[in-house]
Amino acid sequence: MNILVCIKQVPNTQEISIDPETNTLIREGIESILNPYDGYALEAAARLKDKNKDIRICALCMGPPQAEAALRECLSTSADVAYLASDKFFAGSDTLATSYILSEAIKKIESLEGIKFDLIFCGKQAIDGDTAQVGPQIAECLDYPQITYALTCEIKDGELHVLKETEDGKEILAVNFPCLVTFTKPNFEPRLASAKRKFAAKKMEIRRIGVADLCGIDRSKIGLKGSPTQVRKTYVPLVKKGGTVFRDGPPGEAAAKLAKLLVDNTVVKDIEQEDKL
Amino acid sequence: MGMGTKDLWVFIETRPDGTPRNVGLELLNPGRRLAEAQGGKLVGVVIAGEASIAAKAAGDYGADRVITIAGPEYKHYSTDAYAAAFTYLIKKYEPLTVMIGATTNGRDLAPRISCRIGTGLTADCTELNIDEQTGCIAWTRPAFGGNIMAVIFCAQHRPQMGTIRPGVFKKPTIASRDVEIVPESFYFAAQGIRTRVVEVLTHVGEKVDLEGAEIIVTGGRGLGEARGFDVIRKFAKAIGAEVGASRAAVEEGWITHAHQVGQTGKAVSPKVYIACGVSGAVQHVAGMSSSETIIAINKDPNAWIFSIADYGIVGDLYEVLPVLEKELRNILAD
Repeated sequence: MNILVCIKQVPNTQEISIDPETNTLIREGIESILNPYDGYALEAAARLKDKNKDIRICALCMGPPQAEAALRECLSTSADVAYLASDKFFAGSDTLATSYILSEAIKKIESLEGIKFDLIFCGKQAIDGDTAQVGPQIAECLDYPQITYALTCEIKDGELHVLKETEDGKEILAVNFPCLVTFTKPNFEPRLASAKRKFAAKKMEIRRIGVADLCGIDRSKIGLKGSPTQVRKTYVPLVKKGGTVFRDGPPGEAAAKLAKLLVDNTVVKDIEQEDKL
Repeated sequence: MGMGTKDLWVFIETRPDGTPRNVGLELLNPGRRLAEAQGGKLVGVVIAGEASIAAKAAGDYGADRVITIAGPEYKHYSTDAYAAAFTYLIKKYEPLTVMIGATTNGRDLAPRISCRIGTGLTADCTELNIDEQTGCIAWTRPAFGGNIMAVIFCAQHRPQMGTIRPGVFKKPTIASRDVEIVPESFYFAAQGIRTRVVEVLTHVGEKVDLEGAEIIVTGGRGLGEARGFDVIRKFAKAIGAEVGASRAAVEEGWITHAHQVGQTGKAVSPKVYIACGVSGAVQHVAGMSSSETIIAINKDPNAWIFSIADYGIVGDLYEVLPVLEKELRNILAD
């Protein structure tokens, strides 16, 4: 069985801040990381492999050459082979163009390796764009069934059983191969790299895929010009200025003052009667 | 596609029992404004096992027309059946704009449709306007963890599509107006649905309505332990509030995801938002900054939440909340 995991290298958005002088993103010194949700997708693949050693895991990333670092991280934990789709013609792609490129790259890898992927795993979304669109759009390009917001999965009677989040709770869906699944955060963390694997991953070859390798690709549908959506402008959201904050004195005193303020300003208008015993 | 219409469509997402989720009705509010600016009709789209309840609600909340597709194959959401039915309708009627609530199902469905049609889709919008020069929808959304806002256009492809976060817009007020219901039939064979529901595990005994709440009391990592939510719940019950949680608190396993406010949870805009032990990470603030009044209680005097709060107390919430409740009782009892 073959599993492809699509990953992205992203800036650690937890570290990003805004320069108050220029009102722009401070990008200097922000580390690039493996998108955390992609880490959960990779871990889901690794857990299937724990039960079936014949499973082979391939990691695919679209991005600039430095995104190789994220692929090496995947190799150091659980991926067996890694591909980087990188080309200046890919730059500026929106989600539709990106998923088209990735679906063509997937077909290319299948022909290079002489295999068919049974499962394609993605993170639910990348933490820089937060769109959650690329997974479903790859599934559409390949005409595969999809399951999104997955927490865990297992192979049962020749089907994939997926526990997923829904608006009202959770549900278990079953799906045949091949299919695409996007993963959200489960209640466990991905495994860490062993020193041995880390060392081996440094030396492993990461194969490149460029636009010239994708014979059937329609070049009018990729890159900035091939993308139906364009970012017209960006701005820093206005942050409301702070109000009255009680910083000193015993909390009880501050609470009493705040209670009065809340009632005076009709923020709180009534309160439930306490149960009298 | 041909010239198409100038209509603006809103997907009225339903629950398995056929009742509409809030977000579809909320979207009829900005939908009305944008449809008028586009010079077209405001159209609700209902795909459900039984469409009549949601169709009536869409009419009550201001849709000019409601197009429905009903059938047993649509009772439980599936990507395959819903995407096929929705795409069929778009190709038949050629709307100018399609808006879908950014729920788990909405975010599963919308990219599939946009890709099948080959048009642009903007995710998780929090602001919607019309660009006067081009007539395009200016889809506005947070990016980079809420640090910046991006304005996105889909200039050359139709329909222009977007998903919009629940809780950002208020439901319009109910007005009686003539609504035209257009029942469409589109049969989708059960064998065509490639996913099978094995088991539905719904939250039992707990209904969380953060989007509809007037007051929300939220607990964050600063609670330190699950017990903190007992204190939060007691206070929330007293003042008639709903209980919210930060991502950190949910990830600690102290409370379910249904309570989560923020970038990966619900967007809320209550009258009063009381943040207890919440540091105020941008991802959290992105989901609650439009609250009318923000109150922060936190031990850390440097917590970012104080910079956006209208009122704040630097102190331990375990000491502050009981006193606050007692003081409110004293004052309001008079």
